[in-house]
Amino acid sequence: MTAHELLEKIAFNVIQGRVEAEDEGFDEGLEGQPGVTELVNDALAQGLEPKEIVLKGLTTSMEAVGEKFERNEYLIPDMLASAECVGVAMDILSPHLMKAGVEGKGKFVIATVAGDLHDIGKNIVAIMLKGAGYQVIDLGTDISVERITAAVKENQAPFLGLSALLTTTMRVMEEVIQQLKEEGIRDRVKVLIGGAPTSIEFAQEIGADAYCKDAFQAINLLKTTVT
Amino acid sequence: MLIVGENINTSRKRIAEAVEKQDSAFIVQVAKKQADAGADFIDVNAGTFVDREAEYLCWLVKTVQDAVDLPLCLDSPSPKALSEAIKHHRGEPMINSISLEKDRFDDMLSIVTAQPCRVVALCMTETAMPVTVEDRIQAGAELINRLTVEGVALGNIYIDPLVQPVSVDTRMGNAVLGAIKTIMNDFPGVNTICGLSNISFGLPARRLINSTFLSLCILQGLSAAILDPTDKRLMANLLSTRMILGKDEYCGDFIDAYQKGIINKE
Ligand code: B12
Repeated sequence: MTAHELLEKIAFNVIQGRVEAEDEGFDEGLEGQPGVTELVNDALAQGLEPKEIVLKGLTTSMEAVGEKFERNEYLIPDMLASAECVGVAMDILSPHLMKAGVEGKGKFVIATVAGDLHDIGKNIVAIMLKGAGYQVIDLGTDISVERITAAVKENQAPFLGLSALLTTTMRVMEEVIQQLKEEGIRDRVKVLIGGAPTSIEFAQEIGADAYCKDAFQAINLLKTTVT
Repeated sequence: MLIVGENINTSRKRIAEAVEKQDSAFIVQVAKKQADAGADFIDVNAGTFVDREAEYLCWLVKTVQDAVDLPLCLDSPSPKALSEAIKHHRGEPMINSISLEKDRFDDMLSIVTAQPCRVVALCMTETAMPVTVEDRIQAGAELINRLTVEGVALGNIYIDPLVQPVSVDTRMGNAVLGAIKTIMNDFPGVNTICGLSNISFGLPARRLINSTFLSLCILQGLSAAILDPTDKRLMANLLSTRMILGKDEYCGDFIDAYQKGIINKE
């Protein structure tokens, strides 16, 4: 297989949600053929650049998954299967990326805010951002204002993602932004927010930089606003 | 089987509009339909109005109880909203809900023990969502122990094993079913309750999934459900499942429902 074919195969299998050879895909008759794990290992063995694998194998395919999700062609389980592929591929690639000294797109701190334990959406966003080349620092759920701002500071992270699924916890996002201001680091970090009860209007009201309907919007937005 | 009618929830667009406009006629109509369809409690939830939740919840309590002679299920994570709404409630309400999260447990406990009422207790640990059957059983047992120590009668406790979407994790169906069975076995007299619709989140044909899931829950011993009682198919499924499992003496409820037209001929 040429390098190009290999990358296309990786992208194809991410879209099919096939982590390993034994997995079925979205289409019929794929069982037994190499999945993302095998293909990524092959690509590394053939000497492909890890960065190239991320960009051409993972990032583009997740964009395609995003479009399918948008069109209702893919449902949540389909999207999760693809996200799992990206997660597995990134686990294999991370050490190589570090060795090669590849600069990622920057540190992205993400957390579900205090009082809120919903993490499914946040986890998807975290995986997708990893696949898109960001160094994700996932703090988990129910994270206090203090811990979030401390993590942004310690890591000098240029990006912060906040998730809240409850109308009772969405206000905590505002407190986080307030705290960033008080500590004088608000202008050094872009704050993205998401979760069912939030909206563009809410993001504006609390002074966040952006509201993201889903993980794909976050990636697109970062691509266009960040140079 | 105790039925809590779920339709008065401001996360539904038409309800939110009616609440904002204080359109009591519409709310009364939704309440009456659920009462006629066999609801034992009417759930009221104004949770999407963060700043005015308490005010709106009080209005819902008065509006619904003015028209319908049923107790309500006061549904809010906010102790403040609940303590105000409860003042307007006639009879013994159901408080939805308490959980092991630190502040929430203490705040809710003082509300729950202040007057006779039933309480929904969520199987959440202090810091995490439950994943496995064991997580749920552990949280459920701890809730039951802590509530009964404070004097809450076992029969007034409704353990909610927290239904999560199978679209996100296919183990979630079994996790709830296993928990219901063990909790009902280990604590005779306690109740279990589920909101059904989370199970089908993100999937097509949700009504089919919810209905099938309800049957399986009843098989495991579920004693109460938060659902749409005006959904005739769902109610027919509930009644026939109970009957088949020997929970309907002389098939009385089933036949009665059939004669009232709640169950259709085919
Ligand atoms: C699954 C679920 C649960 C599970 C959570 C499991 C888990 N591990 O997370 C369980 C059953 C445990 C649960 C518990 C509760 N839940 Co709940 N839950 C849901 C449900 C059905 C789906 C949420 C979900 O996972 N969606 C799938 C993911 C993929 O979508 P998402 O989270 O929206 O994330 C996407 C985007 O929003 C965006 N995004 C999200 N965050 C971020 C962050 C950034 C930075 C970016 C860029 C993007 C982004 O990208 C994501 C991926 O595309 C919602 C219903 C709904 N309409 O959302 C209710 C819902 C959120 N829950 C609700 C409630 C009330 C609760 C409880 C209080 C108890 C209860 N009565 O059910 C507890 C709260 C516990 C707590 N303290 O947090 C209410 C909230 C209502 C309100 N007024 O606030 C909802 C809306 C249901 C309803 N209509 O009543 N819940």
